[in-house]
Amino acid sequence: MNRQNTFVTIATLALLGFAGTASASIGEAIHNMFTLPANTGAINTKAVSMFFGFVLISLSITVWAAKRTKSTSDFYTAGGNIGGFQNGLAICGDWCSSAALMGVAALIYSTGFDGLIYSVVPFGAWPLMMFLLADRLRNLGKYTLADIVSLRLARVPIRTLVAGASLAFVVGYLIVQMVGAGTLISNLFGLNYEMAQVIIGVLIVLYVAFGGMIATTYVQLIKAVLLLSGATFIVVAVLAKFGFSLNGLYQAAVDNHPLKTGVMQPGGLLPDPVNAISCGVMLIFGGAAMPHVLMRFFTVPDAKEARRSVAWAATFIGYFYLLTFVIGYGAIAFVMKNPDFLDAKGIIIGGPNMAAIHLSEAMGGDLLLGFISAVAFATIVAVVAGLTIAGASAISHDIYANIFRHGKATDAEVVKVSRIAALGLGVLGIVLGIAFKGQNIAYLIVLPFTISSTVFFPVLFLTMYWRRLTTTGVVVGGWLGLATGILLLVVGPTIWKDILGNAAPLFPYKYPALFSMTVTFVTMIVVSLLDKSERAKAELASFDDQFVRSQTGLGAEGAVQH
Amino acid sequence: MEDIYRRIDTDPRFHALARARSRLGWTLSAAVLLAYFAFIFAIAFAPDWLAQPLHAGTVVTTGILAGVLVIVLCVSLTGVYIWQANRRYDGQNRAIVDDASRAP
Repeated sequence: MNRQNTFVTIATLALLGFAGTASASIGEAIHNMFTLPANTGAINTKAVSMFFGFVLISLSITVWAAKRTKSTSDFYTAGGNIGGFQNGLAICGDWCSSAALMGVAALIYSTGFDGLIYSVVPFGAWPLMMFLLADRLRNLGKYTLADIVSLRLARVPIRTLVAGASLAFVVGYLIVQMVGAGTLISNLFGLNYEMAQVIIGVLIVLYVAFGGMIATTYVQLIKAVLLLSGATFIVVAVLAKFGFSLNGLYQAAVDNHPLKTGVMQPGGLLPDPVNAISCGVMLIFGGAAMPHVLMRFFTVPDAKEARRSVAWAATFIGYFYLLTFVIGYGAIAFVMKNPDFLDAKGIIIGGPNMAAIHLSEAMGGDLLLGFISAVAFATIVAVVAGLTIAGASAISHDIYANIFRHGKATDAEVVKVSRIAALGLGVLGIVLGIAFKGQNIAYLIVLPFTISSTVFFPVLFLTMYWRRLTTTGVVVGGWLGLATGILLLVVGPTIWKDILGNAAPLFPYKYPALFSMTVTFVTMIVVSLLDKSERAKAELASFDDQFVRSQTGLGAEGAVQH
Repeated sequence: MEDIYRRIDTDPRFHALARARSRLGWTLSAAVLLAYFAFIFAIAFAPDWLAQPLHAGTVVTTGILAGVLVIVLCVSLTGVYIWQANRRYDGQNRAIVDDASRAP
């Protein structure tokens, strides 16, 4: 107990030291914290106090959760004691990143209908998760995705693949969130970019390292409630202006937007059928197998609660996506022609990402603006916390405990490594966030989704459904698919042509998922069928037990009784 | 535990349950994938169809309605699955596991 306290103290000091040195202009940043963007000049005390309110509440929860986080099971899965409804809300918190609120609103603001495609298509992952994965995930899983795959297959090569891909996924997603967050928060609170990175990084490490999955879950929960209620409020306010007539709102949007009726129809976002299908495959199958979301299935006691989690998550997320149908067009109607939100050239202040935020000010003045700003902040922090705990579990449970220590590490050692890993990921997030400042990082979001659809989905799916799958098949197929996906991304139009400045891409499609996922599936199947080793025979024989467990839940990791 | 697994595996009710559950899961998945790829294909191949107003005097297009319907369909099918699973499969599952655990 004493050693743990020492560690906590050292980690806190290290963090504070880092926070102190990371930003040279810390004094200026603190000063800036109390003023909004230069154009208004006014001190938005409401926004700042709501922001501090969220931080205070979430840190109090962390203190409370830290006392309850002792074993690895507490750390990774909150002891398996979360209910289906709470978990559904928390999953909604994990899923709806700032991209879902501000990004989709920005896309609709700029392009109209094409932005809506980003609300509709990723949602397809939810029913698939329910029908094909939810029960089996809970019945087979323990802490991480690798646990499921290595139930029947060889521990070390499988965990190396799945944990490696999970870390690549987490880091890619983390950069996108951190850079987006830095820009957004500097716009919202007038804070400088580096300071924003440090604040987010420090909060995340505090939540995850000390509060583990319990604190992370409650942060997600609060964030989801704030996000859903804030978005609902905006939607009611927008619709009320048109006497609750959707047609009135859309008519106003058509009148305001330079595209006119073009905002109500597809406009070439998905230029050709191959890109369209590949993008759909990436979002649906990649979305159904994201490690930080699937990890949440292990926090509930049994398969029934896992199903309830998905049902609630799908309901909340579906509801939220429907709200974006109004928020995006509401921004066109109330922000696009409003001089309060435009600069001298008539361009939206802070860029299209601010469309939803400006709309909240137009609808509810300072108070709603402050509330939505705090929601945006909570949204980012919660998603980064979810990613960090997924990354920390891959490092401590898969790599440290199972690969290096061959399952012989004590509970206390593993929890300690988890905390160090969370600290490391927090620092890495800050460093990468600062390194990628000002870069066009939109392409980076394709990376985690490609990894997810290329590695996690095929591997999980065949593990659960296909008797003949062997370790060699997974290892060869998984690595080959991963390499294919990353290679095709690099030589594709976005990186090879737009970023590296070559004349023409070597691979013509923006989204490689269709091809890389096919490579993984085909290679896994062919190699498994050709595998005549003794190990393969033993793996084949053990499928029946795994099948019974996956169907009945008998022998599943149970909830820890406190 | 292995013995119980073996007994469950030889219980015809278990395989009937697994088949029924998987049939429902696959049917609903097929419905969802069909709706999704129809939506994506419509965007790629028939954008003009999605651009049509729903009726005279409105700016709301087929595309907007299609988007809403896809989301509503997904939530509803998710509901159908959980309703079936809770109402039928959980009880049958418990009976199979209990019998296998009690057997000598």
